[in-house]
Amino acid sequence: MEDGTRKSGDLWSGVALAALGLYIIIQAGQWEYLGPEGPGAGFFPLWYGVAILALSVLLVVSHLKRGSARGDATDWNKLGRALSTWLALAVSVALFKPLGFVISFALLTYCIVAVMYRRPLATAALTAVASAAGFYLVFDRALGVPLPVGVLGF
Amino acid sequence: MEILAGLFHGFAVALEPANLFWCFVGVLLGTVVGILPGLGPPATIAMLLPLTFNMNPAGAIIMLAGIYYGAKYGGSTTSILMNVPGESASVVTCLDGYQMAKKGRAGPALGIAAIASFVAGTVGVLGLMLVAPPIAKFALSFSSPEYFALMSLGLALVVLLAGRSIVKALLAALVGLWIASVGTDLFSSTSRFTFGRMELLSGIDFVVVAIGVFALAEVMVNMEAREETQLLPVPKGLKNLLPTMQDLKDCRFAFLNGSVIGFLVGALPGGGSTIASFLSYGLEKAVSPRREQFGTGVIEGVAAPEGANNSETGGALVPLLTLGIPGSGTTAILLAALVLWGFKPGPLFIPEHPALFWGLVASMYIGNVMLLILNLPLVPLFAQVLRMPVYVLYPLILGVSMVGVYSVSGSLFDLLLLLAFGLLGYLMRKLDYPSAPLILGLALGAGMERALRQSLMMSEGKLSILVARPISAVMLSLAVLVLLIPMFGKLNAWRLRALEQD
Repeated sequence: MEDGTRKSGDLWSGVALAALGLYIIIQAGQWEYLGPEGPGAGFFPLWYGVAILALSVLLVVSHLKRGSARGDATDWNKLGRALSTWLALAVSVALFKPLGFVISFALLTYCIVAVMYRRPLATAALTAVASAAGFYLVFDRALGVPLPVGVLGF
Repeated sequence: MEILAGLFHGFAVALEPANLFWCFVGVLLGTVVGILPGLGPPATIAMLLPLTFNMNPAGAIIMLAGIYYGAKYGGSTTSILMNVPGESASVVTCLDGYQMAKKGRAGPALGIAAIASFVAGTVGVLGLMLVAPPIAKFALSFSSPEYFALMSLGLALVVLLAGRSIVKALLAALVGLWIASVGTDLFSSTSRFTFGRMELLSGIDFVVVAIGVFALAEVMVNMEAREETQLLPVPKGLKNLLPTMQDLKDCRFAFLNGSVIGFLVGALPGGGSTIASFLSYGLEKAVSPRREQFGTGVIEGVAAPEGANNSETGGALVPLLTLGIPGSGTTAILLAALVLWGFKPGPLFIPEHPALFWGLVASMYIGNVMLLILNLPLVPLFAQVLRMPVYVLYPLILGVSMVGVYSVSGSLFDLLLLLAFGLLGYLMRKLDYPSAPLILGLALGAGMERALRQSLMMSEGKLSILVARPISAVMLSLAVLVLLIPMFGKLNAWRLRALEQD
């Protein structure tokens, strides 16, 4: 990915950061800048907000000056694998409330082993059950670290 | 005398059975983490940090520091056996270490890596012990303007050496400052950047950001590919791991070089063990009578960088413990750990918490001995860790990350933040934004704002106070100069060379 993505990424990340800088400046403008007792809540954010805006504009301008040089193409396969992992994790977190940590984590592990690494289903099931049970025994039972509990009570 | 008394006190603390146990756990975990490519000390320390909240702080810091320096020992194993560095600090070890292994000298390569790590690691702790107390005494005269200037200088140095683009590194640091501002302003009780969420009133927990940006992002990057690397055979038996007398003779200067360069670079914020190891390798090559053979399996080419990356740990703890200024992502997490346990690293840290400081120093001597023992005869055993399938390892890291974050607040909202910061960390890596400045900005943000506001309260709003005091004026000037380095051709070329090696 890298060069190509990075170059167009400079543009889009620059735009996003400029928006963040602008948001910070607007928010900081609503708070006290300098009061009788010294700097207020808006003093520091205003300065770093201005710096974020200025630097991100610099990033965008230097990208536009360079032109859209073509680099290596984005490896969508790699990107897809990484984002799928993140999505699986997000679904697992969303399932914590109804299913609890143990079952959600087992499902996440099963998904990673069976789908992402294409291992036999039996291997995936065994890894999922063993990991989830291990977490429950080590954290919940042995260390007393609370895990999210679902409707089934664990 | 004062130092000796402190050291005796420290050994009394470090030799308590519980602390010895945590020291062992730390260096053992560190070795395993160092061996596993793709799992670094910052991610591990961030993941385990929440689990230390109920521990005795002395045991906890001894364990976390053990992970930090233990990983440097373990990192060489994969460099030598697989040509894959377990840690970025062991990249340069691949050059000669892997060549030695290919020539059937994996044993002496692993052995000299452990011995050099031990020698230089011990020298690094000696440096910490001797240098930290006088620096802390000097820093006692610092007030808010000096602290603001010092933090600005630390951040500037990290920005300089964090990534190819200074603009991106600065942006990362500023975003870190912004994240640090989220929550209630302690001066005026104003809630800032909370988006109307009650959960954000107390701010964003450092642990959530650190685990997201380091651990989650690391797993996502590693899961992009499924490459398997061939492991070269590990020689069995201590006899086959010991370097010859000639090897040790060849490495005399490398031990010294690694120890000194590692410590000095470590004490400089932003330096880091990768740069230390490359500088040490470069110097070793420059002064060696057989410099043309470097890269073909020369034993000094393993000893120098491995020594430097271990000595760096002692150096890196100097600004952290005496000034409260971390110089890297890992030390920023250690700073957060100390703050979370209720301590304030800075000039008063040593006099106010002698048991903690000297206990840590003494535990590092003990830990280095433990690591030498673990890494000489037990290397074949540790190499087996590499046989753990990645499809088992990565879900485990994800699981520990989630449990770690949930254990801090018991809040599912923090898990959503974890997801967001994981994605942010991944995108930062893909788009070449360094993560160390963000973490450092986050760690220093609250302190910087407090120091700046207190300075302006002292001067009744006049910014000139920052340059009117000599120490802060010098440090702020240095910070500006550091950030201007990319504008000077030759200096920037040196900076980019250092980063290419990183």
